[in-house]
Amino acid sequence: MSLLVTMTRSDALLARRNPVAKLAASLLLTLALLSTLDPLAPAVAIAVELAVVPLFGLSYRHLLRRAGPLLVAGAGIVISLMFFAAEREGVVLFGIGPFVVTTGVLASAGALTLRLFAVALPAIIVLATTDPTDLADALIQNVRAPARFAIGALAAFRLLPLLGAEWRSLTLARRARGLDAGHNPFVALRLFASTTFALLVGAIRRGTRLAMAMDARGFDSGVPRTMARVQRFGLADWALILAGAAVGVGAVALSVALGVFRPLL
Amino acid sequence: MGEHVRLTGFGWRHAGRRAWAIRGVDLRIDHGERVLLLGPSGAGKSTLLAALAGLLPADSGEQEGEVTIDGADPRAVRDRIGIVFQDPETQLVMSRAGDDVAFGLENRGVPPAEIWPRVDSALARVGFPYGRDRPTDALSGGEQQRLALAGALALEPTLLLLDEPTANLDPVGARLVRTAITQAAGDTTLVLVEHRIEESLPLVNRVVVLQPGGGVLADGTPDEVFTRHGMWLADQGVWVHNQPVTPRRSAAPGGEPLLRAVSAGYTHPGANRPALSALDIEIRASEVLAVTGPNGSGKSTLALLLGGLLRPDSGSVEATAALGGGAPHRWRAATLTQRIGSVFQDPEHQFVTNRVYDELALGPRRLRQPESTVKSIVEELLDRLHLSHLARANPYTLSGGEQRRLSVATALATAPRVLILDEPTFGQDRRTWLELVDLLAKLRDDGCGIVTMTHDEPFVETLATRRVELR
Amino acid sequence: MAQSTKPESSTATSPSLRWRTVDIVVASVVGVAFGVVFWAWGLLWNGPADAIPLPGRAFMYGVWLVPAVLGGLIIRKPGAALYTETVAAVISMALGTSWGWFTFAQGALQGVAAEIAFLIVAYRAFGVLVASLAGILAGLAAGIFDIIVWYPASEYDTATMRIPYVAITAASALVIAGIGSWLLTRALAQTGALDRFPSGRERAAV
Repeated sequence: MSLLVTMTRSDALLARRNPVAKLAASLLLTLALLSTLDPLAPAVAIAVELAVVPLFGLSYRHLLRRAGPLLVAGAGIVISLMFFAAEREGVVLFGIGPFVVTTGVLASAGALTLRLFAVALPAIIVLATTDPTDLADALIQNVRAPARFAIGALAAFRLLPLLGAEWRSLTLARRARGLDAGHNPFVALRLFASTTFALLVGAIRRGTRLAMAMDARGFDSGVPRTMARVQRFGLADWALILAGAAVGVGAVALSVALGVFRPLL
Repeated sequence: MGEHVRLTGFGWRHAGRRAWAIRGVDLRIDHGERVLLLGPSGAGKSTLLAALAGLLPADSGEQEGEVTIDGADPRAVRDRIGIVFQDPETQLVMSRAGDDVAFGLENRGVPPAEIWPRVDSALARVGFPYGRDRPTDALSGGEQQRLALAGALALEPTLLLLDEPTANLDPVGARLVRTAITQAAGDTTLVLVEHRIEESLPLVNRVVVLQPGGGVLADGTPDEVFTRHGMWLADQGVWVHNQPVTPRRSAAPGGEPLLRAVSAGYTHPGANRPALSALDIEIRASEVLAVTGPNGSGKSTLALLLGGLLRPDSGSVEATAALGGGAPHRWRAATLTQRIGSVFQDPEHQFVTNRVYDELALGPRRLRQPESTVKSIVEELLDRLHLSHLARANPYTLSGGEQRRLSVATALATAPRVLILDEPTFGQDRRTWLELVDLLAKLRDDGCGIVTMTHDEPFVETLATRRVELR
Repeated sequence: MAQSTKPESSTATSPSLRWRTVDIVVASVVGVAFGVVFWAWGLLWNGPADAIPLPGRAFMYGVWLVPAVLGGLIIRKPGAALYTETVAAVISMALGTSWGWFTFAQGALQGVAAEIAFLIVAYRAFGVLVASLAGILAGLAAGIFDIIVWYPASEYDTATMRIPYVAITAASALVIAGIGSWLLTRALAQTGALDRFPSGRERAAV
């Protein structure tokens, strides 16, 4: 697996909304879902999220690739519940000694996994269809985020693929020096630490040079910055935010109405 | 035509350093002059440019003397000065070309309506071949540097400073950048620092030579300066064009084969084209094989395959019986170091300890050699590569040339029969270059099989027994 | 006519609490670098770690909290811990190794918690004690966030899992993110990479 970041501009209907609007919509949606542990609300949310994927110009295959790790996490939830569940209701399915998985445990695991997906998907969808420069511009223009920080972060973000390639090179260089982990986890950890250190030295040096180049072009001049690219925030963007909130609240309301609501706290 | 830049007894010491980066410089540059600033490594050229650009904050060091641009402190008139640095990756800020040029204009508060026309005109001025939306990481090094130049020129500076703008580029990219500079500079005052002089001469009409810690040594037209100081400069490591290098070709042809790539191919994960496909190559003892080709032709990938660091996707890389047999990528790392040594393009990638001594000792220690043997190996290498005085230093604090020597030394500490070097002369001054050539020639004569991936034509001509060109 | 300005003494407190460009960019780059580190960490354990019973996983939790403490120790300006950890969290999201916007929220809370330690000493002390405190606070914030949001009391047993989880996370954070970051900063300073920062000026002149 390589360091793949896809964050691209898209002309699809929802993808071309203001980045801050997309952010806020997905944030409100997931916030609402935070409140409940039942399986219905996240299932409804997931259904809606999957339905709008084409409106964001994304393919389901891409989504599957990004969401893959979540499936593994789901399996992890089952295993952790096997050991640490608070209640074990229902029929015993399998297990050892006191660590049994019952139908109740399985249902809990299912609900928690659905919740995980429902919360992770919106962020994946939004980030895959948002250009980082557009996001930084929108944060500065529409939310009044401090420009120096937004642009500084954006400039550093540009170095991400470079740092990923550097990680690979550093790992290969260590093998060339005679250092490999074999099957020993402690040696693997030590090598990991060594590679992290080297990456940090390189990253800090690069950051220092980049800062100098930015100052050379007037970044710290104190003159108020103008913006070459305009990020508009209009009615359609407000509508998106409302829709996001509505889906979240609606899903929770549905589970309350049907009596399956299980509060977080 | 009047005075533009003036330095009077100027000196600078960076905070945390004992030595002065630059001292006692007296210099005057008039409007419209084009100056080539030369000097050995350590003469303070980059520091001088940074001072002229107003990029040395008062709290980052100690200043002596005075520097003025149009009579004012450079820090106060930064908007009239443009500077281009040598590494394109750490100069470009935005991910699209047009946005990057616009960055400087935005910083200066230029009204939005004026920004894009100025961006377009700056891109045209440097001959940038793509539109505004071109992703910056899809550009070659030379194109990136041209973009950086456009970014500097968009602000319409009266003084343009160039700190080794072609140092990180292959010959094609370097040519692109030089053309752009000639085409775009107009009558802006120019101060250029460059290692490779021959190609830079057409851009300048005056040469100034700096001495380490001692101010200006020479100042005049190119002819004057090189005739009088050519030899001294060459001795100090400056790449003077009128000082030739004697070839170190070997008399004997290559010896027994040590390593073979047969129809080897490799595609980087996530890439849509293979980096290398169906390549056949043989590495022999007592010979230097130069692998050349433009950037992107797969030289570094080949270095990794031959070095046993990557597994070929197709075909094979096999060691002959003389080298232990088998596929290098399967060997344990310690075994690999005894047979094939790899020297990476960036020496810092290979540092794993915090002392030069320990770096050299690492290989032998991994092979469980007794400490007394380790000690003698290390001391011999320190001596051979002139690093003895740095034995206790942190490898990251070494200069470029010292780091290069250290990275070659660490590969030699385990006495491999094959040595693979990826761009070993990259950015090196003449002195280190000559030392490397001598060292490699001796290793070759002692029976080593050496492979170098390189752009450096003179290096190939001086040393290579055979040559393979990748496309 | 010669002007000589004395360099700023490395033992005096930095006069300006305003962030310079190099502070912003390096803090951002450290955050981005850790995004890469987290991704590589995920590759190293390749999924099996997700299946390990949770309190065990908490032993390595400190790694996720290093950006917060390290950012604070290197940059030494208000907000550095918060900013660096938040950037690392956002990069995690971009790389797909995350749980949606909660990653961002959690990162910010962890950053705030570490920030409190530096705030308590008015951004004047950056030794191993402050670093350790920053580590513990960040670890507590992380652990408590997890047991509220991801391991709620109705599903997971409090005595055998939730409380040990927070305790182990805090301990891991103390060692790895607290003391570890302090040692890391010193090692980085030795390479000369931190020369533009007060944390780098404390080494002997080279």
